[in-house]
Amino acid sequence: MTDAAPKPKRKNPVARTRLPTLPPASRSRAALGLARAAAEGRFEMQACADCGAVQYPPREVCGSCLSERLDWREVANGGALIATTTLRHSNDAYFRERLPWRVGTVKMDAGPSAVAHVHEDCQEASRVRLALKLDRSGQAVLHALPAEDTPNMNDSPQLRETHCDPKHRRVLVTDGRSTLGRAMVKASLDAGAATVFVGDPATWKADAGFDAFVASDPRIEPVALDVTDTDSVDRLAASIGAKVEILINTADHLRDGGVMHARDVGLARDAFDVNVLGLMRLAQAFGPTMCFRAADGTHGAVAWVNLLSIHALAALPARGAWSASKAAALSAALTLRAEFGGAGIRVMNVFPGPIDDEWEQLTPPPKLAPSAVAAAVVRGLRDGVEDLYVGDVAEELRARLRDNHKAVERELGG
Amino acid sequence: MSRRLAYDGVVAAMPVTVPYARYSTHAAHWWLGRALAALIRESGIAKADIDGVCVSSFTLGPDTAVGLMQHLGMSPRWLDHIPMGGASGVVALRRAARAVQAGDAEVIACIAGDTNHVDSFRHTVSQFSRFAQDAVYPYGAGGPNASFALLTDHYMRQYGATREDFGKLCVAQRDNALRNPHALMRKPLTLAQYLDARPITDPIHLFDCVMPCAGAEGFLVMTEERARALKLPGVRIRSTIERHNAYPDDPIQFRGGWAMDRDALYEHAGVSPADVDFIETYDDYPVINMLQFEDLGFCAKGEAPAFVREHGFTIDGSFPFNTSGGQLSVGQAGAAGGYLGLVQALRQLTNAAGAMQVADARIGLVSGFGMINYDRGLCSGAALLERGTA
Amino acid sequence: MSTAILAQFMAELLSGRIRLVDLTQTLTPEFPTIVLPPELGQAWPFRIEEISRYDERGPAWYWNNFSCSEHTGTHFDAPVHWVTGKDQPNNAVDSIPVENFIAAACVIDVSAEAAKDPDFLLTIDFVLAWEAQHGRIPERSWVLLRTDWSKRSGAKEYLNMAEDGAHSPGPDAEVVPWLIRERNVHGFGTESIGTDAGQAHHLNPPYPCHYFMHGNNRYGLQCLTNLDQLPPQGALILAAPLKIRNGSGSPLRVLALTPRT
Repeated sequence: MTDAAPKPKRKNPVARTRLPTLPPASRSRAALGLARAAAEGRFEMQACADCGAVQYPPREVCGSCLSERLDWREVANGGALIATTTLRHSNDAYFRERLPWRVGTVKMDAGPSAVAHVHEDCQEASRVRLALKLDRSGQAVLHALPAEDTPNMNDSPQLRETHCDPKHRRVLVTDGRSTLGRAMVKASLDAGAATVFVGDPATWKADAGFDAFVASDPRIEPVALDVTDTDSVDRLAASIGAKVEILINTADHLRDGGVMHARDVGLARDAFDVNVLGLMRLAQAFGPTMCFRAADGTHGAVAWVNLLSIHALAALPARGAWSASKAAALSAALTLRAEFGGAGIRVMNVFPGPIDDEWEQLTPPPKLAPSAVAAAVVRGLRDGVEDLYVGDVAEELRARLRDNHKAVERELGG
Repeated sequence: MSRRLAYDGVVAAMPVTVPYARYSTHAAHWWLGRALAALIRESGIAKADIDGVCVSSFTLGPDTAVGLMQHLGMSPRWLDHIPMGGASGVVALRRAARAVQAGDAEVIACIAGDTNHVDSFRHTVSQFSRFAQDAVYPYGAGGPNASFALLTDHYMRQYGATREDFGKLCVAQRDNALRNPHALMRKPLTLAQYLDARPITDPIHLFDCVMPCAGAEGFLVMTEERARALKLPGVRIRSTIERHNAYPDDPIQFRGGWAMDRDALYEHAGVSPADVDFIETYDDYPVINMLQFEDLGFCAKGEAPAFVREHGFTIDGSFPFNTSGGQLSVGQAGAAGGYLGLVQALRQLTNAAGAMQVADARIGLVSGFGMINYDRGLCSGAALLERGTA
Repeated sequence: MSTAILAQFMAELLSGRIRLVDLTQTLTPEFPTIVLPPELGQAWPFRIEEISRYDERGPAWYWNNFSCSEHTGTHFDAPVHWVTGKDQPNNAVDSIPVENFIAAACVIDVSAEAAKDPDFLLTIDFVLAWEAQHGRIPERSWVLLRTDWSKRSGAKEYLNMAEDGAHSPGPDAEVVPWLIRERNVHGFGTESIGTDAGQAHHLNPPYPCHYFMHGNNRYGLQCLTNLDQLPPQGALILAAPLKIRNGSGSPLRVLALTPRT
């Protein structure tokens, strides 16, 4: 049984901070199909469209009938653990620091055998579940998990290398004034965060409800943070930057208005200032320190979360300027993901449908409760995914985009 | 009824070894060049008279056998490059023998060698294969240790082999190595030391692992007449087999390609396992020796542990085996490791084995195994060799 | 003659008998701008980004880009700012005659009243009482309302927002037209974020100071500070906005010349 991860000790201030190392990241293009599934927490393998044979490792042509029609599809994730070993030596710097390390061979119900990381609660020669997880390189790897959940199983050191659990970590929610921001703070606390820094972009604005909320838990630390003000972002990073292990960017500037019939670009500029330049300011101020601290102790800096929108992928003309800012934010986030890659910090992009707050008053249901979005974000961090589509609207729009993005353009524009 | 031609009129001769070194500052070209020079020097054949070359090496890159020919100033009319790791020796022999038999070449130098820089091993391993890159290397298995650990774990669980059984083979090989001036490991090894060694990758412990090193091996293949004219003792080839990616549906490797081809091997040679006087297996890990005992017909599947308990494996034991000490005691010089057993067998069958000589050795079996591409060794080969009459 | 006056003025300045007082707030990103309902267009706060600081972006020089609205920080309101002033002649910062950038100032101290009541409104009676003590407001004078609002620390105190909006002092709807009609004032200046009171949208007309001052081609100054260092009468104000084409106002440096007492 896995031991619950203990609270991290206070850092020895005179000890050198361990720098991040990464597991091997190089993959063939075909193997990156696993990353696509792992990024969203799905379990997919290549399967031959002609003979049905499931392939592993990923191939260019079917190993059975030589067909080139290999599709990625969800397959049964059960299997039998037929051999295990515990590495006590490795030539790889990443694994050397993490020995001993357990791996094994799993005969998958779907057909092939696979070498996988093996959870400590898996018995020898037992049934296991395979999961595709992103490792600290951001690449997909197989983890063999016990057939049934075991207590504290997410705390196993090997599995912790794949996820970004807020438990015992210090979280910055960049805008805690919004309903979503507040829900995010609450969900982080419920997940066991050690501290939640709550960004306040409007310290001048009296709000008894917010004051009461901030006072409701001693782990909440309100901080002044206006993502449109470089100086404000820099000052905050200088004061708490070395304590932020998960940054959740909830700052948003949502207003109605398209492109041509707006009187000016003021609204667009405000949206970009918050949603795009704000993200960049945060990245410049907090990112380098987070990279430096990615391997700092047992609970180093681990994740950066962007609350985007499903409309980052499909423009909503009624909110054209805002949609454009979300698309730009997504693009910036992808660059950020590449830049954080060297430190192994996960960039999780969240694509919710409409959220039930004051700016979506006229949006017809279904709308997402802010608490539901926040819960999904925490779940995503615990599962270690990097793309999170939240809610029926987001899932449906995504399916429609895959199906016919031209139809989506026309329907959202109508 | 085999329709295969016999290897009539062809012999292998002139086993040479370029003494191994743990690390080398030289390139693979240096080691291969030294092997070719030794073949020429010791056989007395003119460099220009070698008209065929067969090369195996992991560290020759970016060159291949082609670039090596310009490097070495050779103009062969027959050239092969065999990237089959531990199966390279047997496969080189059978390719070269057929070429000589067909008249495509008269004298073929078969050479294998690799250098070993301080960081070579890690580099070779990380670049080894696409499947390893995609599906093994990311799991911390930097090198074949983990793959062999898994199949060893499975074999022990399935067939009841113990560490003592593996230890017995390793200790016997070390005994043999003590008589081999080329072996890098020249200190006696006891079973207790074997059992007490530190774990590397359970159940693999330190003395289950080969030591990577630099070195080269070589031999010549030519007609019997040519060997006679050069006054070189030759070794006849009774039969050979090779097989790749055998039993792909086995969920984990517990047998090699030999099991598919061993009947053909013995039938073609007209001998049986009982006729074999010594065996040189590919021994990068002890469990693979057990697979070869079984798959080459010395005992049934799963009975190798009992077989090991019954026999002695030293040069003068009941089952002379890896008489050079094998890679486990000599060192693994990259692709030269795939030549080690064959070159040693040629020594045994030409009375050149010195203190390692197996008395009255007439028939030797050489077995090769190579290329852990993903989770298992893909190439297997074997050759039955017979002392020549010259 | 005028040469002699200027020379004497310089001598007075150099001797310190005439004192310069800076009435300007420092432009910082955290200095608040006026708060409007979120669906309306918003004034940009002051923002500043470094261009270079003796580094790879510019090895020997330090400079910044900044952005803000015309009504950010200590700023000048031109008549064109308000709809009532839109058809006035010379109503934008670039067309206002430059002589209007120098004017005398009367400083009405309501700091005690404002401390007690943040919604304090200046009335005609209050001005008459002030005149009884300090003399009649001369023509073409700025009327500056000293509330000590500039001494409030932090944006929250300064804006003093409640659920029903901002609470800060200003003139009532009667005193503004009276000051124009009866005293022909030059304009109205405050320490708070607007020339009107925080709750002035509830007056009739709403925002009377903007409505009447700009409708009569008069000017506004807001976010002033250091008014406590000026005499009730006798100071001279230099307030020249940036020359922005058709500009409705501009941040500016406001200086006061006062006799040393």
